[in-house]
Amino acid sequence: MDLFPLYNSLRVASISTFITFFTGICAAYYIARAPKAVKGALDCVLTLPMVLPPTVVGFFLLKTIGPYGPVGSAALKFWGVRMTMTWYSAIFATTIVTFPLMYRTVRGAFEAFDRTLLYSGQTLGLSGTFIFWRIMIPNCKQGILAGTVLAFARALGEFGATAMVTGYIPGRTATISTAVYQLWREGNDSLAYKWVGINLTISFLVMMTVNMLENRYDKPKGAARVQQADK
Amino acid sequence: MSLYVKIKKSYADFTLEAEFEAQNETMALLGASGCGKSVTLRCIAGITKPDEGLIVSNGVTLFDSRKGVNLSPQKRRVGLLFQNYALFPNMTVEGNIMAVLSKRGGGRNRREKFISLAKKYYIEGLENHYPAQLSGGQQQRVAIARIMASDPSLIMLDEPLSALDSYLRWQLEDELARTLDGFPGDALYVSHNRDEVQRLCDRVCVIDRGLFEKVRPTRELFESPETLASALLSGCKNYSRVQRLTDGRVRAADWNVDLECAKPVGHDISHIGVRAHYVSIISEKEPACGWENAANRVNKFPCRVLRVIEDVFSTIVNVCPLGSDPELDFSRIRAELPKGAIGAAEEGNIVEAVIKPCDIMPLRALGHQR
Repeated sequence: MDLFPLYNSLRVASISTFITFFTGICAAYYIARAPKAVKGALDCVLTLPMVLPPTVVGFFLLKTIGPYGPVGSAALKFWGVRMTMTWYSAIFATTIVTFPLMYRTVRGAFEAFDRTLLYSGQTLGLSGTFIFWRIMIPNCKQGILAGTVLAFARALGEFGATAMVTGYIPGRTATISTAVYQLWREGNDSLAYKWVGINLTISFLVMMTVNMLENRYDKPKGAARVQQADK
Repeated sequence: MSLYVKIKKSYADFTLEAEFEAQNETMALLGASGCGKSVTLRCIAGITKPDEGLIVSNGVTLFDSRKGVNLSPQKRRVGLLFQNYALFPNMTVEGNIMAVLSKRGGGRNRREKFISLAKKYYIEGLENHYPAQLSGGQQQRVAIARIMASDPSLIMLDEPLSALDSYLRWQLEDELARTLDGFPGDALYVSHNRDEVQRLCDRVCVIDRGLFEKVRPTRELFESPETLASALLSGCKNYSRVQRLTDGRVRAADWNVDLECAKPVGHDISHIGVRAHYVSIISEKEPACGWENAANRVNKFPCRVLRVIEDVFSTIVNVCPLGSDPELDFSRIRAELPKGAIGAAEEGNIVEAVIKPCDIMPLRALGHQR
């Protein structure tokens, strides 16, 4: 059995999760602080990919990075790089689709963050960078981890937009989800079942991880040692 | 060491107009909740930006709307103790304090500075604990040590004792008093509790719905409040709206009696206040109680006893002047008498209430005229 789809799926999902991790946190940080009107408008735009059918996202992507689209034609002309029908095309698709998941989860965590911590950091003379990385991020860890895991899981399972921009080329662009579709169309049920099994295992592991993280961070830091401290 | 504040900030439902000056002292901002105390502190700390005004601390202009000066909170050297202490939950006690020491003037000897702070604020042995493992009192000590680590020139305490239960309160109040005494700069103490303010602060500024009254020595506020808001905050229980008759005589509309005042009654006087333990009650069966000098019994009027309450160290008698309606709030008069002083008073009895002219406090409704 050729394991390329598994490798390719993990590769695409990891890279796109890496990208949404930083862009999602940045967007969440600035939008959580933005004035109300700006917040509402930007929030709509950034969340749109989550509610749109993936095929619509794929359609827009093809029109942008396809060989005749503004970005795609420029890339082809200047660097000779084709942006569609390659393994990394899927990164564009999955990044856009998973971004709202990361952004919204993290924004929720930032908005629930106790702002007096931020203010006390400022009055104590701590720099904005220190407050962000050493106080805000660690205290919003749970939300950030949940967002990351959800984004990764979604990226692994993305089908619609990915299929439109990468097609299905065995050994080059195939992912688990496109492979399952293709194998079913070919009537190759036994192999399709294998991939379904792999998919189920991965999804199960992801959800286990989410639950474990939640249990671990439910308690405030050091709470387990309270009894020891009391004596 | 000095602080000058004159700022204005408008919100949808109220406007804050603060003006006060502190000189090497612990000054209290006393006001009911929602009057703008915390906002004022936040403006001074640089967390909230006032609409206009001037804030100068020890000769450094922190904020000046005319010159466009607005220093960042980091540059103001203003320590603010939050009501919930705002310790960083992801860091240990040591981490919380070291974070500040390494950012601000810690240098090489920051380790020694930490040790001396830990000693001074009794947090030795707690260095490796997280805030969630500490009691309220310990958290406060850590928060104060952390503020001191930032080397502030002004400290501001936002209701520091209101989150604690009464037993801890006493202990921490003692510690706070010591901290405030030992602090070389100015301190602002925000509270709605008159007792704390009386014990901890030199001068007090009463805030009434966003408006700052004149700064006065704390003792003076409790002895002779001049406005309704400061009388209320100083714990005065009895009030009546009045009409001025002469310089020394008013008609107490809510009590339906004419009263003589020893203090001059100006034209802007709208209320009078009488503290509960300055009201004497004379029952017909027992001739004198409380105030013995029978010759001077002016301001004597008949009342019906509404309720007699036995408190721990005193007897509280609620009465209502015969000529007024007991259902109206202002019409009730509360008298706090020494225990056993009025054995015979029962609900429904007719007694006489006596108020010395010198115990009547003429009050203005608003205090912002300077």
